[in-house]
Amino acid sequence: MSQTDSRTTPFDTLLVANRGEIACRVMRTARAMGLRTVAVYSDADANARHVREADEAVRLGPAAARESYLKVEAVVEAAKRTGAGAIHPGYGFLSENGAFVQALDAAGITFVGPPASAIAAMGDKSAAKARMANAGVPLVPGYHGDDQDDALLKSEADKIGYPVLLKASAGGGGKGMRVVEAPEQFQAALDGCRRESQAAFGDTRMLIEKYLTQPRHVEVQVFCDSHGNGVYLFERDCSVQRRHQKVLEEAPAPGMTAELRREMGEAAVRAAKEIGYVGAGTVEFLLDKDGSFYFMEMNTRLQVEHPVTEMITGQDLVEWQLRVAMGEALPLQQEELTITGHSFEARLYAEDPEQDFLPATGRLERFAMDLKGAGLDPRQVRLDSGVETGDVVSMHYDPMLAKLIVHGDDRDQALSTLNRALAALDVQGVVTNRAFLQRLATHPAFRNAELDTRFIEKNEATLFAPKQYSIEEYAGAALIGLNQLARECESDSPWDRHDGFRLNAPHTIRISLCDPSIAQVHDAEGVVVVEGTRASGADPWDLTIGGETLTARLQHLEGDAVAVTLNGHRRRLQARRDGNVVVMVDPRGETRLFWRRIDAIDHGHHEAESTLTAPMHGTVVALLVEAGQKVEKGMPLMVMEAMKMEHTMTAPADGHVESFHFNAGDTVGQGDVLLEFAPAE
Amino acid sequence: MAILNTQVNPRSDGFQANDKAMRHEVMKLRELTAAISQGGGEKARARHESRGKLFVRDRIDHLIDEGSPFLEFSALAAHEVYESDVPAAGVVTGIGRVSGVECVIVANDATVKGGTYYPLTVKKHIRAQEIARKHRLPCIYLVDSGGAFLPRQDEVFPDREHFGRIFYNQATLSAEGIPQIAVVMGSCTAGGAYVPAMADESIIVKQQGTIFLGGPPLVKAATGETISAEDLGGADVHAKKSGVADHYAENDAHALQLARACVSRLNWQKRGQLKMQAPKPPRLDPSEIYGIVGTDLKKPFDVREVIGRIVDDSDFDEFKRYYGDTLVTGFAHIHGYPVGIVANNGVLFSESAVKGAHFIELCAQRKIPLVFLQNITGFMVGSKYEHEGIAKHGAKLVTAVACAKVPKFTVLIGGSFGAGNYGMCGRAYDPNLLFMWPNARISVMGGEQAAGVLAQVKREQYEREGSEWSKEEEEAFKQPTREQYERQGHPYYASARLWDDGVIDPAQTRDVLGLSLAAAMNAEVQDTRFGVFRM
Repeated sequence: MSQTDSRTTPFDTLLVANRGEIACRVMRTARAMGLRTVAVYSDADANARHVREADEAVRLGPAAARESYLKVEAVVEAAKRTGAGAIHPGYGFLSENGAFVQALDAAGITFVGPPASAIAAMGDKSAAKARMANAGVPLVPGYHGDDQDDALLKSEADKIGYPVLLKASAGGGGKGMRVVEAPEQFQAALDGCRRESQAAFGDTRMLIEKYLTQPRHVEVQVFCDSHGNGVYLFERDCSVQRRHQKVLEEAPAPGMTAELRREMGEAAVRAAKEIGYVGAGTVEFLLDKDGSFYFMEMNTRLQVEHPVTEMITGQDLVEWQLRVAMGEALPLQQEELTITGHSFEARLYAEDPEQDFLPATGRLERFAMDLKGAGLDPRQVRLDSGVETGDVVSMHYDPMLAKLIVHGDDRDQALSTLNRALAALDVQGVVTNRAFLQRLATHPAFRNAELDTRFIEKNEATLFAPKQYSIEEYAGAALIGLNQLARECESDSPWDRHDGFRLNAPHTIRISLCDPSIAQVHDAEGVVVVEGTRASGADPWDLTIGGETLTARLQHLEGDAVAVTLNGHRRRLQARRDGNVVVMVDPRGETRLFWRRIDAIDHGHHEAESTLTAPMHGTVVALLVEAGQKVEKGMPLMVMEAMKMEHTMTAPADGHVESFHFNAGDTVGQGDVLLEFAPAE
Repeated sequence: MAILNTQVNPRSDGFQANDKAMRHEVMKLRELTAAISQGGGEKARARHESRGKLFVRDRIDHLIDEGSPFLEFSALAAHEVYESDVPAAGVVTGIGRVSGVECVIVANDATVKGGTYYPLTVKKHIRAQEIARKHRLPCIYLVDSGGAFLPRQDEVFPDREHFGRIFYNQATLSAEGIPQIAVVMGSCTAGGAYVPAMADESIIVKQQGTIFLGGPPLVKAATGETISAEDLGGADVHAKKSGVADHYAENDAHALQLARACVSRLNWQKRGQLKMQAPKPPRLDPSEIYGIVGTDLKKPFDVREVIGRIVDDSDFDEFKRYYGDTLVTGFAHIHGYPVGIVANNGVLFSESAVKGAHFIELCAQRKIPLVFLQNITGFMVGSKYEHEGIAKHGAKLVTAVACAKVPKFTVLIGGSFGAGNYGMCGRAYDPNLLFMWPNARISVMGGEQAAGVLAQVKREQYEREGSEWSKEEEEAFKQPTREQYERQGHPYYASARLWDDGVIDPAQTRDVLGLSLAAAMNAEVQDTRFGVFRM
């Protein structure tokens, strides 16, 4: 397939039109290839890691993505200012934006990715399916028509049979996408999808597909050059998802036969060639239990999870992309590509799995991974991160902080490495899904590769069950917590201590302990109460845990090392504190426990639950009821969007909204009162 | 750096015996304290709480910052003094931190005789106010009292240091800029009405607090008017009509929350300025004090072993180590605060007295707080010492102690007898706070010496009359004196009468001193002007 001249012009400067880990990752390869690197940034990212690591960086605009990273003219202008001959779009943002590619073509700047025509061909999902059918790529039953009448869509959905998947035609990345389980939910889901789709892509067209009940998400990495060559770099299994966002990915997919691998690979290359594809692309399939597979969509960009493919093939896909963009032929032919071992990727998000994966913000007090301390081989562990200690995680962009990628000789070995690496990851200051990833990765069903796209939903009960701790772990954490309350050495004033000092009286403190991922409620399941009593600072603590009493003494050794003596059994361990989380590390592993003093005193005077507050910074999307209108408990009252996710405020009881404090489009801060609610008498 | 080394052998028989004896005393003290902290007993408490009122100690827990220390004063006040039990003299006082500010708290215990004021209740209340003045600490009064205990009106009403002094103090403390906050959680009758009325800010609890000069029975008797207590002087009256109260509380917990809010609005700044060090715990184990000191006053110990278990890092920089060595003086830090320590290590001689005076001058000049560790039988007696002028040398020490304006803290860790008590900053020398260990004894002289002196006088009388006084008779004569001195010299006897601010567990000494020093730093350290030293 012939290409325009601009696509084959060699370049010495690469602009990366992205942020976060992918910008850092692309620049790493670019630098290794001797290219000069240019970063772009919004005001929120002026001091972000990708800016710090680039040779040059250009401001695009304010924090909002549509005014910075999505702004085509600003990116083109930045490339011109810095003499960048090529732009790598990363994933997300402008990576699949045909207009952007056209603008670059017009400006004579090389786009590291497919031609605009290929993006357009796959970008419109309905049209794409039609072409795939032509190319003999199997398709899931569905409706991909242009007629977007509500009633028609509904009847098509009814025809396909529930459950169906509603998807924005222009969409991707889980936005504007919903499963509809029953006909009566269809309209609400359609409205929500359209709203999200409008916000994310400026387009409300929807397609409907049959929703397979136990499908696996298996995708094939393909690569084409501008000389007509195309290869597949095998598959990845991305079945572990939540809200259609991938969480854990692996390559190769468990249980694949060589034959199926070849069938799917060849179908994927056919799909790419059908649309004149150039560069790195991913063809996503749903793999049913019976081994039949259906084309879902093609991602015309480098995927987030590309590193697992790199780990098993030993190739640098970004290097391939850049070479192809420079007009070179593919570095290897199909028969030269082989799979070595197994690889996992875990996505570390700033979010709270226990609070419905609510995105979290804040300053990273610490972001580190001690490979040596965890006894891990650096060649088998890779941390692709867009942040470092001290960086601020803002509300403006995707909450993914980093990707942890591991490699092993086989799946079991890789999984064991993943678990140890997750434990060695030390993130403080921002809530993350680290513990949740650990629970996923240690889950028996995951170990047995019982994968499907609803893995998390299906295993909810066990995934969210708190870890079981030993009495020694509770006692150790309690002791460290109690010691912190006594604060002998940490303060200018002995009045700062919080151990309830009283003259001539043993003081008793009750603290609650739980897994750090549990909502911090005293009476919640998985919360253990420890009562510590001692007569004076010179005495050991008597700790009562679940009816058992231990005599406990804490001794500080050098550095973080402490000696914990329980009923005469002395153990040496490293103890760190991350806010109220005690992190205890001993040769057997790491234990994290959240501790909190149980306030004996209820200082409130609580206000009646007559207000609803914003769970985080965000924007009000819609008011769903009128002030004064009677509503039932649980009815949606207001929708706000934060971190690109919709959050619905529901009625806390039967009653009515007295007043809304914000209108659609308003920005709200965390904790702002959104509305006054009057419960029915 | 002058880290003290220890010569103590915790495995020795002597140490073990001492440890056992002292632990026994500490256990007794803890048991007594626990009993007293129950107030007027279960029944009274149940009745009190059934009205939705919090028990006095729960009120304090609500008032102070969660989990923060409460340095209680004189929990043993009135212990075995009156014909019936009056635990803690019916009022709980102490220093607690409220909204980050150290405050003196005076809280009536209505479960004890309705919170009425016995003579020692008055003394304890006034003492708490004195402490507030000396340390410049805001005062919070949790009022729930029936006023003066009428049967003893002659001991609580008329004199200078009686009931009226409470309001005098409120006025003059307020005049010094020391905030006065009253929370009316029960009755404030007659004179008691002045506590909220004299306060800078007052809070009253709905359907619970009442303030009036004359209660309903008196009103009925005087004017014939029949009125309920609530209508006469309840929260609605005072918060809405009379303006006697400023804040209206729904209940005890709310009232205490409002009190916390009051303190948070004080714009309070500590004024003390000491060059702090990072606090470090002692290198030597404080619980070893038990085995070092024991309970037998006749067994000497090296006071440096005690100092090393109280001061930061066991670091004690001794001054004039080889001169007048029966008095140990030196610089150290406690919880990061610099202190000068003056501690007895034997009987006081002229040299030790002069050395002490010199050291106190140094501390006063440098504005370093003083800590006195008293274990003193007195000044040396005998012609040699009288002739060399031990009286005037002792007077120098007493002058220095009396005049030094730096914060002074005294702990009686052993004997406190005679003029030694004066030279070592006894109660009369106005230390900011004075505490006793359970093994300590205080009296004008030792019981044996007093019995001996009295017997000597008696014997001379017998001899003048030319009659015989047998050994047995003499022994029988001496025994009651010994017993009297032992009883009256006991820390519980002393503490019951407020000769101190409390009996403390020796192992808590460091913390008590640290809290005291930190509280004292609310006040500016004053310049000292000494009187005439007789040379």
